[in-house]
Amino acid sequence: MPTIYIDDNPYEVKEGKNLLDAVLSLGEDLPYFCWHPDLGSVGACRQCAVIQFQDEEDEQGRLVMACMTPASEGTRISIQHPDASQFRENVIEWLMVNHPHDCPVCDEGGECHLQDMTVMSGHNYRDFRFKKRTHRNQDLGPFINHEMNRCIACYRCVRYYRDYAGGGDLQAFAAHDHVYFGRHEDGVLESEFSGNLVEVCPTGVFTDKTLKRHYTRKWDLQSAPSICNHCGLGCNTIAGERYGTLRRILNRYNSSVNGSFLCDRGRFGYEFVNDDARILTPVMKNVETRQFEEVSEDDAVAKIAELTRDKNSVIGIGSPRASLESNFALRTLVGSNRYSSGMSNAETELVNLSRQILNDGPAHSASLKDVEKSDAVLVLGEDLTNTAPMMALAVRQAVRNQPVEKAKQAGIPEWNDNAVRELIQDEKGPLYLATPTNTKLDDVATKTYNAAPQDLARFGFAVAQFLAEESPKVIGLDEDVKSMAKSAADALKNAKRPLVISGTSLLNKSLIQSAANVAWSLCANGKKAEIALTVPEANSMGMSFLEGQGIESAFERAASDDIKTAIILENDLTRRVDSKAWNQFLKNVENIVVIDHLENETTAAADILLPAGTFADSDGTLINNEGRAQRFFQAFEDDSAVQESWRWLQGVLDLGKDTDVSDWYSLDNVFSAMTKSVDTFKGDIVVAPDAKFRINDQKIPRSPYRYSGRTAMKANVDIHVHKPPQDPDSPLSFSMEGYSGKQPSGLTSFFWSPGWNSVQSTNKYKNEVGGELRGGDPGIRLIEPKRNASPKYFTEVPEPFSPREGEWLSIPLHHIFGSEELSAKSFGLSKRAPEPYVALNPSSAEKLGLQMESRVSVKLDGTEHTLPITLHENLPDGVIGLPVGLPDFNGIPLPNWSKISGATE
Amino acid sequence: MDRPLTHHIQPDKQPLSLKKYEKQGGYQAVQKALRDFDPVDLQNHVKEAGLKGRGGAGFNTGLKWSFVPMGDDAPRPKYLVANADEMEPGTFKDRLLMESNPHLFLEGIILSAYAIGAEKSYIFLRWAYHLSKKNLEKAIAGAYENNYLGENIQGSGFNLDLHIHISAGRYICGEETALLNALEGKRANPRAKPPFPQTSGLWGKPTIVQNVETLANVPGIVNNGINWYKDISNSEEDGGTKLYGVSGKVKNPGLWELPMGTTSREIIEEHAGGMQDGLKLNGWLPGGASTDFMVEEHLDVPMDYGSVMEIGSRLGTGTMIVLDDQTCPVGMIENLEHFFAQESCGWCTPCRDGLPWTEKILHAIEHGEGKMEDLDQLARHSKWLGPGKTYCALAPGAVEPLQSGLKYFREDFERHINEQRCPWS
Ligand SMILES: Cc1cc2nc3c(=O)[nH]c(=O)nc-3n(C[C@H](O)[C@H](O)[C@H](O)COP(=O)(O)O)c2cc1C
Ligand code: SF4
Ligand code: SF4
Ligand code: SF4
Ligand code: FES
Repeated sequence: MPTIYIDDNPYEVKEGKNLLDAVLSLGEDLPYFCWHPDLGSVGACRQCAVIQFQDEEDEQGRLVMACMTPASEGTRISIQHPDASQFRENVIEWLMVNHPHDCPVCDEGGECHLQDMTVMSGHNYRDFRFKKRTHRNQDLGPFINHEMNRCIACYRCVRYYRDYAGGGDLQAFAAHDHVYFGRHEDGVLESEFSGNLVEVCPTGVFTDKTLKRHYTRKWDLQSAPSICNHCGLGCNTIAGERYGTLRRILNRYNSSVNGSFLCDRGRFGYEFVNDDARILTPVMKNVETRQFEEVSEDDAVAKIAELTRDKNSVIGIGSPRASLESNFALRTLVGSNRYSSGMSNAETELVNLSRQILNDGPAHSASLKDVEKSDAVLVLGEDLTNTAPMMALAVRQAVRNQPVEKAKQAGIPEWNDNAVRELIQDEKGPLYLATPTNTKLDDVATKTYNAAPQDLARFGFAVAQFLAEESPKVIGLDEDVKSMAKSAADALKNAKRPLVISGTSLLNKSLIQSAANVAWSLCANGKKAEIALTVPEANSMGMSFLEGQGIESAFERAASDDIKTAIILENDLTRRVDSKAWNQFLKNVENIVVIDHLENETTAAADILLPAGTFADSDGTLINNEGRAQRFFQAFEDDSAVQESWRWLQGVLDLGKDTDVSDWYSLDNVFSAMTKSVDTFKGDIVVAPDAKFRINDQKIPRSPYRYSGRTAMKANVDIHVHKPPQDPDSPLSFSMEGYSGKQPSGLTSFFWSPGWNSVQSTNKYKNEVGGELRGGDPGIRLIEPKRNASPKYFTEVPEPFSPREGEWLSIPLHHIFGSEELSAKSFGLSKRAPEPYVALNPSSAEKLGLQMESRVSVKLDGTEHTLPITLHENLPDGVIGLPVGLPDFNGIPLPNWSKISGATE
Repeated sequence: MDRPLTHHIQPDKQPLSLKKYEKQGGYQAVQKALRDFDPVDLQNHVKEAGLKGRGGAGFNTGLKWSFVPMGDDAPRPKYLVANADEMEPGTFKDRLLMESNPHLFLEGIILSAYAIGAEKSYIFLRWAYHLSKKNLEKAIAGAYENNYLGENIQGSGFNLDLHIHISAGRYICGEETALLNALEGKRANPRAKPPFPQTSGLWGKPTIVQNVETLANVPGIVNNGINWYKDISNSEEDGGTKLYGVSGKVKNPGLWELPMGTTSREIIEEHAGGMQDGLKLNGWLPGGASTDFMVEEHLDVPMDYGSVMEIGSRLGTGTMIVLDDQTCPVGMIENLEHFFAQESCGWCTPCRDGLPWTEKILHAIEHGEGKMEDLDQLARHSKWLGPGKTYCALAPGAVEPLQSGLKYFREDFERHINEQRCPWS
């Protein structure tokens, strides 16, 4: 560890850092703009200037940029030196030359890095007395607001958007003090990760447009640490509320999961929480009028207790979008053999298979950070950008690892961002993509292979065969596919951290099995192979731990056994089964009890309907695809009857008296009841600090220290010191009161540090820049590999796909915007969702005599859909694609064989 | 007097054909180097001759070449780039060479490429130099035909391709690393050093960027040797001749090849014929717009790198801009800062936002709206935009005429402010 001297004090720093990184990692302050913990250094803004001395004798020193200077052994610098501090003050003054002086009307105000750095640099009065230059703003679509006059030209936005996230439509234009950051013309920012601009931009140029619709300042928010519930990756978020509405989602740094970024589904998908269709009171259907009528909470619970008295007549259908605790409560109520995961049979099987692979095999279940660190990647089947978005962003970083290693060997430190990019140019490490059609990662792929799902699986099996003789052979593979499999196998074998990615999105078992074979065969070669399997929803993996049956099995049971009542937990079943099956099910059961937060087709069919909390107004635990259990906390509490589903069920259980649930008054107790009684959870598991946790006898606040105080908490209603709601489920207080130091890592409702009001304060919460949060990253892995297990290769290699005459294999195509139920209901996202379509390749279209503007009729399981066509150059012959889960186009069983009857103009 | 750079140039300035150039001894240096010199020997030869870069920075050329990785495992391809951007105000020396003596320039490129083992070379040409382009294209075609370019040059096994790239026309494109970015089709922002272009230059490969005039010096050194090169100079330290130019209100503005270290007095009074009648010399920028003013007391300073540096300015490109007593120095400096502010690439803060500020202040002073505090602001900018503060050398160059103007013409600034008008208008 090199020793460096800062203003004559010695400090030990980690090898290979630059001075700015070193200074910040030591917890010291030094202002900066163009540097960013995830983007490295470029030396543009000149804000981080310090004086560097040659040696102890050197009294003069020279001005250097800390971010561009290695913190090598014996480096001597002064931060305090008047030349350095005056220069830094000057830099602010220059930046402010054209910057508007109207923080009070700027959306960034109160959490602005420019404000913070201005104060830190000591610049106060300006001498510039001329006119400012002004810019035109652009309409960048529903997510991002653009106010170019606030730009300080730090170049972070384009470096993030283009270099880091691979976007193409945001650029720096023009030169000198006219540099302009935007699109070539107004229009929606195309990147699926555009929302991070809001946090990357140190000023109010790029701000959250969805927040703008119900704007509030950071210091007026009441927030909670949360977990994104819009895909299976479980990115960590901060959910911020004021006056009973959820105002925004921010990233919550977790170095093992999402690091500093989120996808746009995760960031902008929150507005369903505020939807008019929220269910706020318990209702019961009037037997005669079939209309919902309000009932008291007690009556509703009593009624359900009555219906569930005879357990044998009840089934419970849980949900992969509900918490473990709520699912567990349902399972307890109905009994584990009458409990369903709320996923289709196929999905249930695949998620179970995934857990089994990760749990029993020798390959390590990859976190997102592991994905980012891998240096050779094989993707089998997943269109990651649309099925597990942040994993796509991680893969985009992973392909840099091999070339960056070369740059390091050439003596260029990794943080010297432009120099590294210059040296490696377009060189990419190995990434082999096997997907049904083109994906948004193709541009960084070494090779792509587009084929029908079973052929992709055959490809995967072939890769494994090249790595391990004992894994099953694939007969009759085309030579070019074989040679691609060989080169993929070689690349993985030659890598230090090889990674295989697959998942459930194509609902193809063989694909996942082939991925396991590849990962395991790498392990057999002595590699520490990683495997990442994506799952559909926020708690899909959790469902596998609770071992419920699939929906179809539950429906069968409802048909055969004497089932009178079904309790459906946070699940719109009409999205998961076709309408025939659903209608039959409704006929088979007499009473439908639904607990959910938004009205949908399933809640419409309820006889009793109870209001559940969303992620923002309830607490709970989710398990992500990696097997990491993570807790989300309630951001706010309102006066409605909304509560956690498990609380409703606890009420029912309590009346039923079969199970002693008297201590189920807190989430912790429900969770520990679960880990005790469900075998798949092994012993004591601590996901997050429990509700009794205190620091210096104090709770951890949800609101920042600069909150206006409790008098103003409900200033929209009255000015009065309200007693804050009690929270039995977490150690968080519903106010700014409590411990005023740094919150523990899992309980961070806001990032803030003296002098650091912006998200850049996150650095103060880390062990070091880019490192873990102090006290360790939150969450706990419940799945670890059996490193020494000898691989039990899957042996069923599927037959090659053969197109059928007159029939088409329709496969699911996922959309980051639109395919996920809840986010699709949010204002911004709904504008980005595609219209339903059918995708096929141009030669198929030609064969069918279709024009681009044709509409076709697709017949599937006896249902006919009339759809416009979309041409996908790379879809295989005999295969068509249909979008998954769109708001008005779902519940279609895929994959499936279908018939297309030509143009019906 | 030896004039190795210009002796091929005919009175009508028409370039020699390749054959005629060969007859006058042209391409002998290429023949000789390929036959007698190992590339590293050639590097050392040029280093010892003391050739310094004529693009403005004055770095020893052979020494620069010695940082290029050589040998079989050096990254490939390697590049030699001729910097023919010549956007420096008042500078028109490379133009003469390219328009009227293109083969000498090509010979310099071939030799230098050979010395560093480059197989590809580019001429990065100022957009406005149409005649240069035409004459170069013709010369390049001839060089290919006669196997001075292309594969296995003169049977030596050395290959070299040469392309002309026409710049989009920004001053910053002449800065060598911005030039490389521009050549790659990127925004013309400079790059941080290290790594230097010698190891990671064009498309991340070893690259040498060299000024046109610098390159044109190489054939003479190869042909005539180190001692000759030192002898033809008047300077203690720097070898060779220099293309000195004068613009401004002199009798005979122009460009002359003279021994390195010729004094300003000789250049202005003898070669440029002195000031136009009725005008007096007030000062001059010795080497383009981005150098500090020199004034009368400096007339006898030898115009070489070290001597000019000693009196606080820079030789720069060696092409002077002369200021006469009937032209307002504030107006002149305002004009220059307008140019620099506009040509800032916009990458780093001090230059991007500081230079326009100086321009606005100068404009105010020149138009009768100046305040005394403005002079402090200008001084502050001169200080904080100086060497080492900004990302590249554009801004430090930009404040050189400003800081020296404040020093030598302070009274004129004050008069503007006191009288709230330009005394010259
Ligand atoms: C703003 C700026 C503009 C420059 N323009 C030119 C130019 O037009 N031509 C040139 O040869 N060098 C120019 N230079 C100098 C080059 O960066 C570089 O030092 C030179 O091309 C190296 O060649 P030399 O060693 O042969 O002089 C410029 C430098 C700066 C900072
Ligand atoms: S828009 Fe924001 S991120 Fe981009 S350059 Fe301007 S201030 Fe920096
Ligand atoms: S990748 Fe998934 S978990 Fe992460 S922010 Fe996006 S939708 Fe949420
Ligand atoms: S000093 Fe900075 S802004 Fe100016 S040209 Fe150089 S890099 Fe660009
Ligand atoms: S942060 Fe170091 S120069 Fe911008």
